[in-house]
Amino acid sequence: MKCFSRYLPYIFRPPSTILSSTCHTEADIISTVEFNSTGELLATGDKGGRVVVFQREQESKTQPHRRGEYNVYSTFQSHEPEFDYLKSLEIEEKINKIKWLPQQNAAYFLLSTNDKTVKLWKISERDKRPEGYNLKDEDGRIRDPSTITSLRVPVLQPMDLMVEATARRVFSNAHTYHINSISVNSDLQTYISTDDLRVNLWNLEITDRSFNIVDIKPANMEELTEVITSAEFHPQHCHTFAYSSSKGSIRLCDMRQAALCDRHSKYFEEPEDPSTRSFFSEIISSISDVKFSHNGRYLMTRDYLTVKVWDLQMENKPLETYQVHDYLRGKLCSLYENDCIFDKFECVWNGSDSVIMTGSYNNFFRMFDRNTKRDVTLEASRENSKPRAILKPRKVCVGGKRRKDEISVDSLDFSKKILHTTWHPQENIIAVAATNNLYIFQDKVN
Amino acid sequence: MEGAVDAQSLISMSLMKIHSSRTQRGGIKLHKNLLVSFVLRNARQVYLKERYAQIYRMQQYQEVLTVCDEIQELDPLDPLDPDLEEPGQDAALPGCGKDPDPPDPPDYPSCCLEAPLSHCTRTTVLDLDTHVVTTVENGFLHQDCCCAAPQCAPDPNPEPPDPNPDPAPRKRKGGFRSSEEEEEEVSDFTGSRKRLKREDGPEPNPEQLDSSNISNLISIFGSGFSGLLSRQADLEQICSKQALASLGAWTRAIVAF
Repeated sequence: MKCFSRYLPYIFRPPSTILSSTCHTEADIISTVEFNSTGELLATGDKGGRVVVFQREQESKTQPHRRGEYNVYSTFQSHEPEFDYLKSLEIEEKINKIKWLPQQNAAYFLLSTNDKTVKLWKISERDKRPEGYNLKDEDGRIRDPSTITSLRVPVLQPMDLMVEATARRVFSNAHTYHINSISVNSDLQTYISTDDLRVNLWNLEITDRSFNIVDIKPANMEELTEVITSAEFHPQHCHTFAYSSSKGSIRLCDMRQAALCDRHSKYFEEPEDPSTRSFFSEIISSISDVKFSHNGRYLMTRDYLTVKVWDLQMENKPLETYQVHDYLRGKLCSLYENDCIFDKFECVWNGSDSVIMTGSYNNFFRMFDRNTKRDVTLEASRENSKPRAILKPRKVCVGGKRRKDEISVDSLDFSKKILHTTWHPQENIIAVAATNNLYIFQDKVN
Repeated sequence: MEGAVDAQSLISMSLMKIHSSRTQRGGIKLHKNLLVSFVLRNARQVYLKERYAQIYRMQQYQEVLTVCDEIQELDPLDPLDPDLEEPGQDAALPGCGKDPDPPDPPDYPSCCLEAPLSHCTRTTVLDLDTHVVTTVENGFLHQDCCCAAPQCAPDPNPEPPDPNPDPAPRKRKGGFRSSEEEEEEVSDFTGSRKRLKREDGPEPNPEQLDSSNISNLISIFGSGFSGLLSRQADLEQICSKQALASLGAWTRAIVAF
């Protein structure tokens, strides 16, 4: 795994962050990160409802060492806090998920969602403006027509590049419970939004109507035992999607079978090991993220302590299980007390589906190579991340003698957690969100 | 699983979490509260197991004492005059020293098996989809039933009669529910709060249990919480239906807020 130990780290901070990362504001906490389908753009959403989009610099021959840095491209306020007067509930503006649409023209489109409302944003560039109007002067004031003695044709003059974001669609009032995920279909015409109990199918053009395709709300809420935690469309089959549950199972559904996909076509679940039963068994088996592989043959799921890769053809057990931080198994009680046990970690595939990555505590994140079965723990921290520095693998000491570079389990900082990461679709570039800081690491090229 | 002491603190912690989730921004999170309710159920199971084991040991202890008494009565060295038999003589028999006032765990297992399922309590739930508030008479309160039944130990805090007997579910507009519900629940569940406090009385560390907080929360969630303890095997015949119902009532009560 040599290539993963050499990085050119860059650190980006949202404009309003205070210099020290220990006294950031709550609104600056990054809540989602996502590369677009070419990797040219990287979007982040935060708790304050803002979206910041980074764009990769074109490679230039004059500055070869600045190979494709990411710079801020656009910043806009996607969602505002709202109040539901009927239920006396405040609706948080925190961006839960961002998903890009594949580019079809000069503009970029993304979907962003908070707990209740999905919005389609168009990000477009403007680098020319018309000048030389007849009926208004350069300041925009209307001219008195009687003072006009000649006519001229307005011409487009170059101007400083301006990137503007406009909300093109607002998809609202379709979810009673909190939206946890959105996923764009490969048909590029529809997408799904998912809350705790329902999955709704939308057409990107139509905002006043959505179809409910999964509904696990029991007739009697007393019988509720599981909720939906995430859902995603298959990358190639536009009729197939998967959703994960709080009970640790995944269901694959085929929309051609019925209008309401309550009956799954495949059901993935691994039986619980009774020897590991504890007070918290239900919590740690709840799946926090589900992702199809790029080739569409595998599914990856993340629960509190492990990442699992499932073969779509094998439902009774996962193909591979990776321990992310098993040393936390003995600390579940204190993690329950400080609410860390409810943290929802995400997981990502690399472009070739050979490596998977997920976050942990103490600003650690882990990578697992599926072919060599080797894994590495890396840290996203200011001290370790000077430009062109190489990230050093970290190790957590579980007991006994602690070696010099190791860190003991009790010294881990549980307030520093990496929940959101994303991997460039083709290259070895990763973006890692550590509280309010965004780290972008690139594979070093000689 | 961990012992009963951890179970108590988990129960306390879980109830605090559910309580604080009502006031946090963004409204109540169904997923998190469902997971917390599982921990609550698991902790309650362990807690009850320990209590039943304790009660069983107490009962066995009582039996041993009875046997000791009988042996003592038959002791040929003692005069047959019953007047000379004093409680103090019991102390002469080591191991049979009788604590005149043993700690009083509620002997609800035996009496629950006998007691009729008479007592009803209410759960008020709000369906988030239809915005309809429903007040439903639920099954039975496990410990309420026990303590109200005549077979149990005399009740120093007699249960006040239900002030608003209303067997039919009532529906109300959602808009005005919050203040009205609070009042109704406090008046309905005052009795259960008292009963719970008495049950928690013998605990060695009341601060740890924080019983007043728990009692207040019980008063809000009513029968759903007590129903959670109905998973023991020997109670399954009576409680099996209520076990599922109560966990759900718990969840419904969560959804209501």
